[in-house]
This record gives sequence, structure tokens and C-alpha cells, in this order.
Amino acid sequence: MKNAVAYWGNLVRDMSIDKDVVLKTAKLARLNIDANKISIYCEELSKVLDVIDTLKSADTTGVEPLVNVNEFEMLTREDIVTDGDCVDKIFKNAPKEKFGYFVVPKVVE
Amino acid sequence: MNLNNLTIIEAIAGLKKKDFSCVELLQDHIEALEKHRDLNIFITETLDLAKSKALESDQKYSHNTNAILEGIPLAIKDAFCTNGIRTTQGSKILENFIPTYESTVTTKLFAQGAVMLGKSNMDEFAMGSATHYSSFGPTINPWKEDGSNEQFVPGGSSGGSASAVAARIAMGSTGTDTGGSVRQPASFCGIVGFKPSYGRCSRYGIIAFASSLDQAGFFGRSVGDVALLSDICMGHDEKDATSANIAKPDLAEAMKKNLKGVRVGVPKEYYSENLDPEIEKLWVDSLEMLKQEGAIVEEVSLPHTKYGISAYYVIAPAEASSNLARYDGVRYGLREYKQGMSLDEMYEVTRTAGFGSEVQRRIMIGTYVLSSGYYEDYFLKAQRVRRLMSEDFKKVFEKVDILLTPTAPTSAFSLDNESQMDPLSLYLNDLYTIPASMAGLPAISIPGRLNKKSMPLGVQIVGKRFDEESVFRVAKNMERCFNFNFSPKGF
Repeated sequence: MKNAVAYWGNLVRDMSIDKDVVLKTAKLARLNIDANKISIYCEELSKVLDVIDTLKSADTTGVEPLVNVNEFEMLTREDIVTDGDCVDKIFKNAPKEKFGYFVVPKVVE
Repeated sequence: MNLNNLTIIEAIAGLKKKDFSCVELLQDHIEALEKHRDLNIFITETLDLAKSKALESDQKYSHNTNAILEGIPLAIKDAFCTNGIRTTQGSKILENFIPTYESTVTTKLFAQGAVMLGKSNMDEFAMGSATHYSSFGPTINPWKEDGSNEQFVPGGSSGGSASAVAARIAMGSTGTDTGGSVRQPASFCGIVGFKPSYGRCSRYGIIAFASSLDQAGFFGRSVGDVALLSDICMGHDEKDATSANIAKPDLAEAMKKNLKGVRVGVPKEYYSENLDPEIEKLWVDSLEMLKQEGAIVEEVSLPHTKYGISAYYVIAPAEASSNLARYDGVRYGLREYKQGMSLDEMYEVTRTAGFGSEVQRRIMIGTYVLSSGYYEDYFLKAQRVRRLMSEDFKKVFEKVDILLTPTAPTSAFSLDNESQMDPLSLYLNDLYTIPASMAGLPAISIPGRLNKKSMPLGVQIVGKRFDEESVFRVAKNMERCFNFNFSPKGF
């Protein structure tokens, strides 16, 4: 059995993901990337993108995106309340709760 | 007695005849579990609950009020929410999460009398192919190569559930399969693993990874056992908007049929230099076996196969990055907070501390392919390719009833095998399971034989959408021909 290098060849022909892209993406994803791990992330994500880039050679002219394989209409239910009275359940796993609210750090000064 | 070597169907017959009790059946499984805790199969054991449930089940047999699965010990993947029982999804971020509701799949199994042994280990958020990305340590495969002292991976992400069944600790188990997470571990552990069509089993209460691909699946040591578990769990559920409101397949009837006239397709694109030669040999021999049983075998083409891994590793991380945005330390799950932090800082610190390396990697990939400027080139492109892959299957299934393929390109590898364990090589292990996931097709992996080093090898049967019947018809007949009855040494 061959591993990824044998299958896709030597990946990271060009480092498509640089430090700024990593930091911007991490910001969007609400993740903190350790300063000493940024270069590792650049390399790893560039490798994955090299693999993903093989998609570019597929001819998808006129092809609609397939969002879900289901070909039936999603069923909707009557717009009426079917549950409720479960405040205890909702807060059961809350890290911090007070007066029936989830508590978060102060947002407005 | 070694009651833990029975199949589910044999055990039910024995319980009905009062050859042994549910308590005795459970006891043999608990002994196996206690003897093999080194395999790290469970994140949470629920043995006290199991014992009281087995007592209740014995009462039901004595009053003839027993349900279909009464007293059968099962392992439940920790991706299924269980009411009042910790459910972690293999992640530190849900380490203390106790659901206040029950998933539809476990509701149905428990209503039929199943006894839960515990919540089984998995790759964190079902992202992985070796069950070593769990926040609770890796699960070990009970199988070992001849003469090796190394530990082998059970496959993933449902590795705990697969190992439990292979090690005779559970009679059957549940898994989830997004890109192969039931079929590949079934193949690595020498057992049967089935993923129904997308829409067959409710996803209600299954912690989401990639919603357009996630499906429940089932493990057992026989095709009949897996059919039984699947039959109980399939069916429409109004709690899942993607659940199909159509008649359930009749698997029992399908399994009575022989293979005369069944048209079997062999996708020519699946011959790959990445395929282990011994697995290729099993595949070729299986096709010969099918011909002898009266099936008609023909080569078919799925021209967009080569884009499968790329399209999957855009779509699944994209959906995951969106689904996992909910883990923010506010409503449930881990919260990391120090005095003076802003809300955004709390989100970042919580998520970075709670998610492991592979989950963070996939969130990053998903966020990147969805970010402005790349959405069209990556995400929409991948969805267009997904349609092409789906159309390939539709065309092929006009000519054939099922496809026979390898399940995975390799047998189970050692945890120390660095060239197989790097992230991208692990992605490659999904080569043969991803296409059926992308098209929402039913697919089963059944064990065929052992390789030269005594490791199990599996083949995959893929059916037309919602044609679970043909999948089980062929699987049942192939099981008889293979007559696979090996168990790992010492189990």
C-alpha cells in the first residue's frame, strides 16, 4: 500500500497558504493558533489544498451543485408550539446560568 | 459457557428456549469486557444499568412479554445522545455533556429490549480512520499480525464499536458513517458493518459532523444480525427533516433469495495501484464466486471516482466548520474563561482547548473553503462534482443491481506505522467508501478471509439508493460462500 506521497506525489509544490491566510482563517473559525505552530499549519493546509485542487480539472460546466442527495421536498410541520416547559433541561449542561439566562462575559460597557 | 461467541440471532433463540438467562448472557460479556480493558473500547461503561436491565429482560422472557432484542448486550457509539448518560462525541469539549433526550436510533433499540454495555470510543467528532484522534486515547484492534507485538488500529471513526464486536465484548453495536466510518472499521476488525441509504435512519440525537453525509450504521458478526439491528432502526422520523418517508425494505425476505440473475457491476476505476494485492485477490475471487452462484458480472465505469476524496474533503469539513460553530462555551460543553476576557476571547480559548488537532485542522479547511473568494472555487465546485459522482452511480445502476468493490485499500495497520498514520494517508484510506457516501447509497462491508499475516480483509457491496434489499441479498449469499468464522487470537 502506498501512502499519500506516493498517491498524490510530492505535495506542496507551492505554499498556497501563508501565515496571513492561516491567521485570518483561524480568526474566522474562532481558534487560537499558537505562534510556533503557524508554519506547521501553513504546510499542512497547503498539502490538503494541493489534494483538493485536483477538483479544478473536473469539467462541471452547466452542472448544478448537489446540496443534498434527497430528491424529495423536506417535510415541514405545522407552525405550532410542540414542546416547552423544559427550562431545567435547557440549562442542564450550561457552564454558567443565572436568573434563567446563559451568562457570558460583559459585551456592552 | 462462552455465550459471547453466539450471534444475536442464536442468543435470542437460546433465551427463548431458556437455555440461559439474560443475566448469564450479560455476565459473559462483562467478563470479556473486564479482561480486555486494555483495548480502550468504552469512553463510559454503563454496567450497573446493564445489570438491572438484564434482570428486567429475564422477567419479560418469563412473562412472554419479551421484545425483539430483549436482553441483547450492545455497544453504543458515543455519537448517539443517551438520556441522562454522558455523551462526549470523543471530544474534550463535550467531556461532561449529559443529554436530556434520547436519539431515535437508541430509543428504538432500547424499546426492543437491547441492553447497553456502554458508550464506545470514536475519533473526535467522527473525524478519522483509526480511532486514535479520540480525546480519550486510541482504541486497539483485537486482531494482530502474526508474530507482531505492535498494536493495530481498529479503523475509524467507529473503532470502539467495531472492536467491541470483534472482541466478543458486545453482540452488536451502533456506529455512524459519514465517509466510511462503519464500513472501514468493519473491514479492519473482521466483522460486518452496514450503512443504510442517507435518509433511512433518523439522525435525531446523533451529534452532527457533516449533515448531508451523516448516517447511522450497525455492526455485527453476521449479516443476519446486522439486518436485524438495521430493520429495527430504519424508518421515517418526523424529528429529522431529511428522513425518508417511504416504505421500509424487507431484509428478511431479501436474504432468502439466491443470486441467480443478479447483475453485479465492477467499477474499473477502483483498480488502483494503491490497492493491497491481497485485497485485490479477494475482490477478484469474490467476483468468480458470484458468477458460480449464478450472478452476472460486468465491468462498469464511474468516471468521476478520482475526484471523490478531494470533493469529500471540501464538503465534509465545510459542513463540520458550520456545525461545530455551536461549541462556544455558552450553552453546553467546555468553557474556558479567565477574568477580564472578552466574549470573543472566551470563544477562542474554549474552542482551542476543547477541540483536538484533527478537528481543528478540519475546521480550518472548512472555514477556508467557505470563506469569501474561495466559496465558488472550492465549495460549490465540490458540490458540482458531487452531482457528477451521483449521476455516475445512477447511470451504472440502470445496468446492474449492485456493485462489488474493496472496502478499504489496506488491512488494519499498526499504530506505530507513521507512513499510514499521517493525516493525508489516512484520508486516502477512505478511497472506496467515500463515493457511496457522496451519493447517499446503502453499502455493507463483509469479511472475506484473512491475509497471509492473519489479518481480516473485507469487501464492500454498494446498492442503488434505498435498495437495501439487494445489498442484503448479495451479502447473505456471499457470507455463506466465504464461511468466514475466524476470531482474533485469545478472544
